[in-house]
This record gives sequence, structure tokens and C-alpha cells, in this order.
Amino acid sequence: MDFASLSTQLLVGLSRAMILFIVCAGLSFILGVLRVPNIAHGSLYMIGAFAAYSIFTHLGSSSSGFWLALILAPLVVALVSLVAERALFCHLYQREHLMLLLFTFALMLILDDLVKITWGPEYCSVLAPNILRGSVSMFGASLPRYNLFLLIVGPLVAIFLWLFVNKTKIGKISRAAAVDREMVGAVGINVSWVFAAAFVIGCFLAGLGGALVAPTVSICLGMDHDIIIEAFLIVTIGGLGNIWGALVGSLIFGVTHSFGVLLWPQFAIVFPYAAVVIVLLLRPRGLLKSVW
Amino acid sequence: MLEVEGIHTYYGLSHILFGVTLKVERGEIVCLLGRNGAGKTTTLKSIMGLTPPKQGSIRFKGEEISGMEPYLLARKGIGYVPDDRRIFADLTVGENLEIAARQLKEEQGWSKEKVYEIFPALRDIEHRKGGCLSGGEQKMLAIARALMGNPDLLLLDEPTEGLAPVLVHALEEKIKKLKEAGLTVLLAEQNVRSALRLSDHGYIIDNGQIRYQGSIEELKENEEVRKKYLLV
Repeated sequence: MDFASLSTQLLVGLSRAMILFIVCAGLSFILGVLRVPNIAHGSLYMIGAFAAYSIFTHLGSSSSGFWLALILAPLVVALVSLVAERALFCHLYQREHLMLLLFTFALMLILDDLVKITWGPEYCSVLAPNILRGSVSMFGASLPRYNLFLLIVGPLVAIFLWLFVNKTKIGKISRAAAVDREMVGAVGINVSWVFAAAFVIGCFLAGLGGALVAPTVSICLGMDHDIIIEAFLIVTIGGLGNIWGALVGSLIFGVTHSFGVLLWPQFAIVFPYAAVVIVLLLRPRGLLKSVW
Repeated sequence: MLEVEGIHTYYGLSHILFGVTLKVERGEIVCLLGRNGAGKTTTLKSIMGLTPPKQGSIRFKGEEISGMEPYLLARKGIGYVPDDRRIFADLTVGENLEIAARQLKEEQGWSKEKVYEIFPALRDIEHRKGGCLSGGEQKMLAIARALMGNPDLLLLDEPTEGLAPVLVHALEEKIKKLKEAGLTVLLAEQNVRSALRLSDHGYIIDNGQIRYQGSIEELKENEEVRKKYLLV
């Protein structure tokens, strides 16, 4: 094992962690502010990927089609989530977590079938634009350009999220609502709309993750199940409701997986789960502060 | 300004308030005295819409408000300072005030600056997280936060609870200042001495029922009532 392949694996792992982070930040944000364990989050990620595929092919599979898909697909997901929030979720926030878990599980099954009806069971794929094809060499390692792109987008999303949560009024209200939603109402804020906004933003991130992952995987039914399990593990080891915990968790998950590929390829998938077990044995409530 | 008439409030199945009736006139400080568990907090929460009463009526500025959402009541001009403060621990002092701010059309509403003039201590800790404040600082912040919503009526739940005597006096001065600024206050207190110094009018609540009402002078003289319901 030489240094080049090691650093390639590290960078690939990090870029995968960026997608996980974007999806998990959304899941964790919703967990923190709304206290909803949204199992349908993975389905929204899948819808993001399929929507990106549709927009991309409608626009003639061109490079500009990819960029438009990257912007529009998360917005489609945001719209779907807004409808779901106003029609369903907003009536259920007072229910206990088990009910919400069952409800979002049911929603996941429904969304899965809707995806099957809309896009069919075939595998779909999206091509990265010309500028992001091929590889670059860094530190003697060769890295696909698209992964490099992900390594830039991930921190950008993190910065935007930080600014949103810390500098905007709605971000501050969200942080307050995560701790004491009743008191937020008592100071004159319509909590219902804050929740709707928080939910839509969280789901937008799921859609963005789906659109970003589209050129790197084959888009298919079932991709939601894979990510939602990983996403829940990540937000758990990071600390429920903590966006930065989602970042730490994603980095651990992504990097251990890629080193697993290097060390023991047949059992690579075991490594991140082992890391989760170790973290939870040492810090049962997650690495960073949980709002739960 | 505020008229509460015969409200019955429940927590789940347990009946807490039995026909509480009270009245607060504009510009007054009215105290609601009673022992632990007498129903003071529940009365304030019922007015604020946090535990809506099942029966009875609450009128604010002549308008029926019982059953309304708390955020609408806050916008109509009721400020609520809970007994356990309920500061947003994850936000700084400044942010706690910012999110509660409600712009008025005129320029004369409360602003962060004006609130800091009343509570200068808060200015020095503006960037500290709400969760890292002392009890007294949290009390001040809870009142300051309620002021940011430009209330006409302030519901103060045990503002002096757990404070050192010297802080109690300081807080009394602040509350007097707020009265001078034109605020109406409904004050729930266990600290009878402090409440008697501040108020114009008093109610005594026990087991969820109003047992006594009268002016502060009457209450000061009526030792029998105080002994019976307040043990002082």
C-alpha cells in the first residue's frame, strides 16, 4: 500500500462524506428543531436524484442541463416536502416519537411507490458535465474531478448552514424552538411557520444530496434505504439534532469506509459500522452535544 | 385591561382552577398571592393560552381571547415571564432579545438599547449564551425578552423566586420603573412582602380558587386572611 493510493482513498472517502453530510445535516436539523425522526428523508434524497435525472435528460443531457438539474431538483424536493408538511406533518408534531416513526415509515413506503410509478424500476444515470469529467492529480494521487467538486461543495454548504443557523432570524428562532417551542410561541412567533420552514430546508438538503450523488451512482429504487440507515447512524454518533455532529459523523463514516476498501475490500462495509459501535460504546449520546 | 371570569383549567384529567375570576385595570400592578401549588402559575398560563381553560372567559382590552394561540396573544400585547425563566439556552443574550423583538409602526417601542437602559447588566453579557447565566441574570433576561414584544400587559410569574434579598430589591425597582413607563402588570408571587410593596391590588388564590381580593392596604391590615392562606 503506497502513499498515493492511500491519499486517493482518503480523498474519495472525504468526498463521499460530503454527500452524507449534506443529507444528514438536513435530517439532523429536522430532528433538532421539529423532533421528527423522518425516515422518509431517504426517499426525498432518492426523489432528488430522480428529479435531477429527469431535468438533465429533458435538457438534452448537456452540461448546462446538469447545472440546472443541480439547482432545480432540490427545489422540487423542497416543494414536495412543503406539501407534505402543510398537509400531514403539521398536524402531528404533538404526537409521541413512536407514532412519528411509524408515520414517516408509512410515508417512505408511499413515496417509494410514487417514485416507482413516476420513473419506473429501471436504472437511470446522469452524466457529469465536461468540466468535471476525468481526473486530476493531487499529492501524487489521482482523484476524479467530480469528487474534487464534492470536496468544494461540502464545505460551502457547511458555511451556508452556519450562516443560516447563526446569522439569520429564522435560524436563531429554529435554535430556540429546538429547546423550547412553547416559549417561542409565547414571545409572539408563529411556530407553525418556523417548523414548516425548518422542515423544507432540511428536505431541500436531502434533495441537494440526491442531485449531487446522481452522477456518481446508478439512480434506482432502493437507494433511499441504503442512505437512511447510514444517515440515522451518523446523526446518532454525531449527537441528535446537532448539524456539526452530522459533519463529524459523516467524516467518520466516509473515511472508515474508504479505508475499509483498502484494507479488506470484501468486508469494507463493516468498517464504518464498527466505528459506529465504538463511538457509541464510548459516547452513548453522540460525540457532540445532542439537543434531545 | 384584563378580565378573567370563572375559568376552569385542567392538566389532563386533573382539575386545577375552579372558576378563577380576577380583573386588572390599566396601569395597575396586581398581585396574585398564594402558596406553592395554589394555582398561580396555572392562572398565568391560562391567560397566556399555554394551558387554555375549558370553561370561562378571558377578555383583554375588551376582546375575548380564551382559546387563542399564545403567539397571537403576544402580538396583541401580552408579555409572559415564566417562573422557570425558560431562556433559550443555546442563544446569546442579544439573540434571545432579537428573536422576541416585534416592530411597532411608531418609533416608540422597546428596542435592545432601551431594554439595556433598564437592565444595564445585560449589556455586558450580551454575547454570553443564555444557558451560562446566573439565576438573577436569567430573571432579568426573561423580563427583558418579554419587553421586546412591546407588551401592554406583563404577566410576571414569581420574578423574585430564588434571588438574594439585595437582588429582590433591585428587581422591585425595575418593576416600578416599568409601571412608570406605562406597563400594566399581573404579578404572581409567594414573596408576600415584596408583592405588597409593589402592588395596587391583591388577590389570594388557594386550591385553585380566589379566596380574597382587595386593595393592598386592606390586605396589609387583614392579618387573619394572610395567616390563613399565606402563613405570614
